[in-house]
Amino acid sequence: MANGVPAGLLYSKEHEWVKLDGDVATVGITDYAQSSLGDIVYVELPRTGAQLTQFGSIGVVESVKAVSDIFTPVGGEVVGINDGLESDPAAVNRDPYGAGWFYTVRLNDVAQTSELLSPDAYERLISEA
Amino acid sequence: MYTPHTPDEIGAMLEAVGVASLDELLRVPDAIALREAVELPPRCAEIEIAARFARHAERTTAGAYTSFLGAGAYRHYVPPVVGALAMRGEFLTSYTPYQAEVSQGYLQAIYEWQTYIALLTGLDVANASVYDGATALAEAAIMAVNATGRKGVLVSRAVHPNYRAVLRTYAEGLDLAVDELPYAADGRTDTSTVDAALAEQRYAAVVVQSPNVFGAIDALPPGVAGRVKATGTVVIAVVAEAMSLAALAAPATWGAEICAGEAQSFGNAIAYGGPHVGFIAATNAHLRRIPGRLVGRSVDVAGRPAYVLTLQAREQHIRREKATSNICTNQAHCALCATIYLAAMGKTGLRDCAALNVARTRELRDKVAALDGFSARFAAPVFNEVAVRVPGRARDVLRALEKASIIGGLELGRFYPELDDCILMTATEMTSSADVDRLVAALAEVPARAAARV
Amino acid sequence: MPLPAFDTELIFESGREGRANRYLPDGPALDALLPADALRDDLPLPDNSELDVVRHFTRLSQKTFGIDTAFYPLGSCTMKYNPRINDAMANVPALRDVHPFAPDHAAQGALAIMWELERALASLFGMAAFSLNPAAGAHAELAALLIAKAYFARRGETQRNVVIVPDTAHGTNPASAAMVGYTVRSLKSDAHGRVDPDDMRAAAGDDTAVCMMTNPNTLGLFEPRIHEVADVVHAAGGLMYYDGANANALMGNTRPGDMGFDLMHLNLHKTFTIPHGGGGAGAGPVGVAAQLVEFLPTPVVRAYDASGDASATGWRETDGLTFALDFDRPSSIGPMRSFWSNFAHMVRALAYVYANGADGLATVSQLAVLNANYLRVGVRDVLDVPYDEVNRHEFVASAQSLKRETGVRALDLAKALLDRGYHAPTVYFPLIVPECLMIEPTETESKETLDRFVADLRDIVATARTDPQRVLETPVNTAVGRIDETRAARQPDLRWRPPAATP
Repeated sequence: MANGVPAGLLYSKEHEWVKLDGDVATVGITDYAQSSLGDIVYVELPRTGAQLTQFGSIGVVESVKAVSDIFTPVGGEVVGINDGLESDPAAVNRDPYGAGWFYTVRLNDVAQTSELLSPDAYERLISEA
Repeated sequence: MYTPHTPDEIGAMLEAVGVASLDELLRVPDAIALREAVELPPRCAEIEIAARFARHAERTTAGAYTSFLGAGAYRHYVPPVVGALAMRGEFLTSYTPYQAEVSQGYLQAIYEWQTYIALLTGLDVANASVYDGATALAEAAIMAVNATGRKGVLVSRAVHPNYRAVLRTYAEGLDLAVDELPYAADGRTDTSTVDAALAEQRYAAVVVQSPNVFGAIDALPPGVAGRVKATGTVVIAVVAEAMSLAALAAPATWGAEICAGEAQSFGNAIAYGGPHVGFIAATNAHLRRIPGRLVGRSVDVAGRPAYVLTLQAREQHIRREKATSNICTNQAHCALCATIYLAAMGKTGLRDCAALNVARTRELRDKVAALDGFSARFAAPVFNEVAVRVPGRARDVLRALEKASIIGGLELGRFYPELDDCILMTATEMTSSADVDRLVAALAEVPARAAARV
Repeated sequence: MPLPAFDTELIFESGREGRANRYLPDGPALDALLPADALRDDLPLPDNSELDVVRHFTRLSQKTFGIDTAFYPLGSCTMKYNPRINDAMANVPALRDVHPFAPDHAAQGALAIMWELERALASLFGMAAFSLNPAAGAHAELAALLIAKAYFARRGETQRNVVIVPDTAHGTNPASAAMVGYTVRSLKSDAHGRVDPDDMRAAAGDDTAVCMMTNPNTLGLFEPRIHEVADVVHAAGGLMYYDGANANALMGNTRPGDMGFDLMHLNLHKTFTIPHGGGGAGAGPVGVAAQLVEFLPTPVVRAYDASGDASATGWRETDGLTFALDFDRPSSIGPMRSFWSNFAHMVRALAYVYANGADGLATVSQLAVLNANYLRVGVRDVLDVPYDEVNRHEFVASAQSLKRETGVRALDLAKALLDRGYHAPTVYFPLIVPECLMIEPTETESKETLDRFVADLRDIVATARTDPQRVLETPVNTAVGRIDETRAARQPDLRWRPPAATP
């Protein structure tokens, strides 16, 4: 991990991370994102079973003073959501890559991950910001 | 008189700014400079302002009549303590409590308003107010649409016609279908077709008003709300006469998930229709869709209880085009008047008030129906309004009543052509038995030949 | 400083069963009058003595800051003095108690008030007509966009579904557009904070329905090329909408109608001294150019003299006129609210118009602009002033440099001002200026108030440089200190619950 950007994950320009396990991807927001948003108070997640299109706007992250759209870094069917965020949205601030995960998707096309950034590329993106 | 500047001060300030004159300070391109004088009333000293309004008041003679009008705006006794407190300058002249540290008083008052509305409706949460009952309904419908993704609402025809009209205005902007449920012979909503209507699951909400426009208690019958919800449709209850909440079963108890209503009856003047005060209450499931402001209780740095506007991320100043609503300014001061009224009247006063309303309306209904040719149009029990069927046309009877200095009520034919022989008559705790007797005496004079419908 | 326990007691907690007041005679038993299954089981509300109610709300008012308390330079809100004569007129019994369904002949005075105000506003702002129906500015914006939608539908131009909004726009603008199904296109302001007609030429086209702007803009800057911008939008077939929040800056000076605006709203609770009352009620008349009059919300007030319909004449004395509500409006977008207007506020606004007349309102705008410029030159050497030029009734300062150099932000300056007995200016709006403070003094403030404010602000900035921690800890002189807003949002406690109830 360099500059807090974990290796082994892929990233989007909208500051989401993706962990791939075969054709199932886990999605969350990065440390940079949670830090910019401030204290997270609510996460609006897609429903299980929803069909997502890559880079479509599919949910919202709310902090006290701001709201950010979640643009899903991957498309496919939502197979799981992190219910715990309802009662503990602070998990996103505390542990954005672990307990603060958002949802899992069965990818409709694994090749789409080529659209995402490597850890190095994402690190460059945030250091230029 | 409201600008304190002396000529010397203006001179000194212009010099500090580095501009020679006020005209130069406000210079505009010729293309948009004022071409002609504006046509305005002449400037008045304060005593002349008072004289002008005295004249306007003289030309507003409605107060000289004994009135049986209701239909969405109700005459109730407002104890002077309400005005004495609400008109305190800090309450009157403060703005939205964005700087919470200096607004704890108003914020707590709104928290108390939110609590009163939640307690009265039986629901979990209420917002800090919306413009009026009609716009509350429109906003509630939008909440249901957002909750379900369905772009249609099914509304009872016994919901106040002005409310339905406003709903249609809003629906036009959002491409929502608004379909109607008829009312039944007894004056309540005809729910016999609801199951069939909801079978295709294309409605976001079913909307009923109780008491409805005819004054009839119109809660959904047992079982109906459950069947509506089973189709994923939201039950919205409308309350136009908030005083009814002091007596009748709370909307939550008969299945409402969202209650949209009008609280003018609590401590607010009728004032020719505004400002009044709308409320929206809902179950926790709908919390994040509620429009407008919400006051929450938290703590400050020293751990003291402290109130603050919260969940603001939903609102226009942050969410902008994705906001739950565009509402910014609400009806805070009217909500404050309502809160003070509810505090002063208390449980006992409100119970008594509601009971007096029901009793006086029953007296009116019984005495009027005893006259030849007059009857209660609908059989359903009512709160404080009753649709009275008259001989001939309602409008003729109303005109005759005016000659006796009585405004008999609302001509229902104005909104329901099939009811052009009906007047909606309202009696509150402000209506005396003597008023009712005068009405009855005047009605008894209505010529017998009018009994033959033309 | 510890507060007495009763100081934060809720009205529900101070109540006692049976401690009733007696405003009304005893009522009969409800179950003798109505079926039991129609009645509620229990009314879980407190009974409080009138004295307890008085003390409760008196203390709450003492913990509330109003214009009556001290200087309130909240940008974009026009916190000017609310004259008491206005409330006295609104409280005249005949006007306070008249029912909206009263027959027109019994409401002639109320209708005259509405007509007079509408005529005055039409002339003052250069519109063919206003509707007094909407309850607030945002409500009027919604009405205006519905009017635009109806207008274009009539013309068969339903492809027009985009609203153009400068990036300095108030949040209600795009929110209102979304409620009408319009897409919002944001236009970047130029380096001088204005809308460049060339930028508009690139943005406006076949799909443009409305361009929503305000002038002066939310930076307090006059848009000198506004009529060119309007020409561009009109050439593309769109309509121009004027957000009237800043109307205090231009009365008697220039008119939105003459600038080329086709639609507009006013915030009577800003420019026309309706009391803000803690956040409302306001009133938002919506004005239109001639070709849009038929679409106005229903009803409108019509005036008649001996020769017929006199509704559209200029303001005149109303003794010889009769008035009627006109509901027969086939092209209207419909009503925006249940009844005709926030009438009590029409009374207040008309009283204000009477108090000023044309000359008085022109003076109002002139001195509002003078006061704002005077503040700008007073603070420009201690705060960043990104547009240091003649502004209108408000101006924008930034704590960006201060933040970089000391860590003290706009928010901290705002809290420090609370400690000095002022209300803070607007902060963090408009969005294009970082660490923004929007300051609008209004014309009802005296030079000495402004001088004191400048001195205090300069002192706070100086403290920020020498002892920033002191500023970061403010406010300490207020009823409560800074509030845990995260907790308020994460664990929403939005109402009191009776203790016995299960959560």
